[in-house]
Amino acid sequence: MREPLGAIGLTLVAVVVLSAIFAGVLTSYAPSKISPTERFASPSLLHVLGTDHLGRDLFTRVLYGGRVALMIALGSTLVSLIVGVVLGLIAGYGPRWLDNILLLVFDAVKSFPTVMLALTLVTLFGPSLYAVVVVVMLVNVPGYARIIRTQTLVLKSAEHVMAARSMGASAGRILRVHILPNIIGPILILVSMDIPVVVAIEAGMSFLGLGVRPPTPSWGAILNDGFANIRDSYWIVIAGGLPIVLTTLGFTFFGETLRDLFDPRLKGR
Amino acid sequence: MTVLAVKNLSVAFHTESGRLEALKDVSFKVPANRSVGVVGESGCGKSTLINAILGLLADNGEISAGEIVFEGDKDLTRLDAAAMRNLRGQRIATVFQDPMGALNPVLSVGRQMRDIQYRSGLSKRDKDARSVAMLRKVRIPDPESRLAQFPHEFSGGMKQRIAIAMALMMEPALLIADEPTTALDATLEVATIELLKDLQREIGCSVLFISHHLGVIAELCDEMIVMYAGEVVESGTTREIFHDARHPYTQKLLACDPARLSRRVPRLPTIAGTLPDLRRRPSGCVFQPRCDRADAQCLDVPPGASIGGSHIARCWHADIPLGVSA
Amino acid sequence: MSSQDLLSVRDLHVSFRVGGLPARLAGRATEIEAVSGVSFDLQRGTTFALVGESGSGKTTLARTLNGLQPVKAGTILFEGQELQGLSDARMKPVRRRMPMMFQDPVGSLSPRLSVRSLLSEPFIIHGLSSRDLNAEVTRLLALVGLPRDFADRYPHQLSGGQARRVGVARAIALDPVLVVADEPTAGLDVSVQGEVLNLLNDLRDRMGLSMLIITHNLHVVRQIADRMAVMYLGRFVEQGETEAIFRTPHHPYTAALLSANPEPDPDKVHERITLPADVPSLLARPTGCEFHTRCQQAQARCSVDAPAPATVGDTRLTCHFPLNI
Repeated sequence: MREPLGAIGLTLVAVVVLSAIFAGVLTSYAPSKISPTERFASPSLLHVLGTDHLGRDLFTRVLYGGRVALMIALGSTLVSLIVGVVLGLIAGYGPRWLDNILLLVFDAVKSFPTVMLALTLVTLFGPSLYAVVVVVMLVNVPGYARIIRTQTLVLKSAEHVMAARSMGASAGRILRVHILPNIIGPILILVSMDIPVVVAIEAGMSFLGLGVRPPTPSWGAILNDGFANIRDSYWIVIAGGLPIVLTTLGFTFFGETLRDLFDPRLKGR
Repeated sequence: MTVLAVKNLSVAFHTESGRLEALKDVSFKVPANRSVGVVGESGCGKSTLINAILGLLADNGEISAGEIVFEGDKDLTRLDAAAMRNLRGQRIATVFQDPMGALNPVLSVGRQMRDIQYRSGLSKRDKDARSVAMLRKVRIPDPESRLAQFPHEFSGGMKQRIAIAMALMMEPALLIADEPTTALDATLEVATIELLKDLQREIGCSVLFISHHLGVIAELCDEMIVMYAGEVVESGTTREIFHDARHPYTQKLLACDPARLSRRVPRLPTIAGTLPDLRRRPSGCVFQPRCDRADAQCLDVPPGASIGGSHIARCWHADIPLGVSA
Repeated sequence: MSSQDLLSVRDLHVSFRVGGLPARLAGRATEIEAVSGVSFDLQRGTTFALVGESGSGKTTLARTLNGLQPVKAGTILFEGQELQGLSDARMKPVRRRMPMMFQDPVGSLSPRLSVRSLLSEPFIIHGLSSRDLNAEVTRLLALVGLPRDFADRYPHQLSGGQARRVGVARAIALDPVLVVADEPTAGLDVSVQGEVLNLLNDLRDRMGLSMLIITHNLHVVRQIADRMAVMYLGRFVEQGETEAIFRTPHHPYTAALLSANPEPDPDKVHERITLPADVPSLLARPTGCEFHTRCQQAQARCSVDAPAPATVGDTRLTCHFPLNI
């Protein structure tokens, strides 16, 4: 690979993904196993990153936390992508009144600040993994849908689409064969660059206690534990913070490289 | 006096699939106060020629040989970027097929015409007066009030006329017109050609007019060159070439023009074969693979056969006039 | 309509809404009539050409025939069936019989599809995917004179002429009766233009096709069309046999168009009729005869009275003072 940042990004992403997948092989501890005699242990051969205030092995919790973070990031991004693409295509290709209604909804949703939105949802439904997914969707879908809608509007009057209509192609076929393949590239790159944002949202909500519930491991929750017990051990903060930093950096470098490869004109901007 | 002299110009592009010779040994002159037409089909190197003259070749392109002498003393292939920028728009002006390339959609026409005169040292009022005079010359009705309007408020024909007005504003020595009438309707096309003719005479500039349309060249130009696959295959006065074309490609190109047919024919003439791959030029004459006069001799590079006067055809068989089959 | 007629259009009107709510509130014109009172017949096995400058409504007319634009008033009779107001579902079998070719040879081909997919598409759309599509693609490529291995190319790998051939192949895939071609030679080199026109003429003779050609190029019209109509601001100002109109144009606009051709002969003496001013806007149609603002024959009456359609020989025209009578 010619891009050094891309190589770093790819390596980081690979490390995070592989360690999340093989968490069970890489550690012999259970992520929620409490061991009161081993509280606030410093790193050692037994506990690579030490232990937390309940004596749980931090390395294990980081690995399983990565699993949760990635599952939420990839899952909720995928759902956002699908919903965004479908709504965007409908808004762009459908009747004008439907477009107007959808645009109004997108703008209304988008105008909520993320934190307020998260707080509202958690107040209504209580903190959970699903709250995180819903917040991510509400944050991402309007953006994706708007981009897809604009591109669809442009292509709607393109000659190759007119030609397909003149042949009698159905709206579904036109969207699937003649429009979507021509507009999906840029949005996939955007999505890959959004994954670190979603990782941060999950970590942030869990840090605030609005996301993943204990004892399920989450980087944000580990970070919170670390802050609560900063006087007893600073290892917990490092164990929670470092993976967040490395993962977001890795995905960002990776996404930017992907974008440059896809559209060389943007290079260096 | 010669305004532009292109001498033995060769331009090559370095592509992923090898070196591509887009222009090969191109020579021609544009005399003062004359219009020279460049005619050729897609892939003949017209755009590369313009870009080479303007110093705007793409990064992977290079002038591998020859020179471009402007106004007798400046070799454009050796000028630095700053000197080229000073020439463009002032001494060498351009008009393209799409007038919106020259017009900024968010600025009023008056503002844009004023901006071109940034070197004139005139007051705003004087600049506007010159703009109005120029718009009147290109037959924009009611020019005073239209200065405040934006490009989208003009029709396609008017936009092209405004682009012409802007190009000629600084009274350049050379106007390069790249298919300026191709996107216009027939009635507007002839009107624009006549306008260009009048303006050229009035301002006293030279015109290098690039077109695939033989009729347009015939109407506007005094002299012309015919390009094929990056080479000049024939050059001479417009009259010589239209009445006594000697290169087989020129003859075929003229025959293909449906405007020459005054009645319906069962089969329209075409040129069989396709343009050669410029990465692997055919040996000898570049047109030989498609030429029905080709023989063993044509595998050697043909000389520029002089037909008389300035008329030159680069062909081994340039002694056969149009209408005589081989 | 006689039994010979494949397509019969009567008093067709097509309009567009322009401007949004603000324009409507301001009481400005909100509708432009792009096609206004057009009538013509197209006989089986013949070619009809629509000629006019940009904005004359010729492309809109073609798209309306195909159902891509709604009809405001008038009738379109195709093979005995009225097309105006048909739903997309009801239009589908009609579109199979009356395919359309669009202006941009490359741009009218879906950029991410191979030539094989592009040529298979008509069969898939019309539920004929059980046919041997590879064989059909090979057959179509042969019909338009392209090598078989072109099936694996993508539109951006084709020259303008090759892309146009693919467009023609797609149009004739399902044995149509009428091909509607919008500027079939636009953007092509002269040497390639002839090839495409020869191909269209060949296919018409071999397949017994009828064609409706839209073009601004009068030379093309002369080489391909049996009958022609000249459009100005959405109306037919003159229609009749191509040769008759070329020999003796009666409408001053037709005469101006015919004389507006740049001649490939520097010594030819021009008796050119130069049209003053630009085409009027459809939002502000001139009164009386709509051509009077640019017509050199115009008299006082022309700016007041709209001329009624008249017939001279086989030619129909709308003009108070026709030429060459």
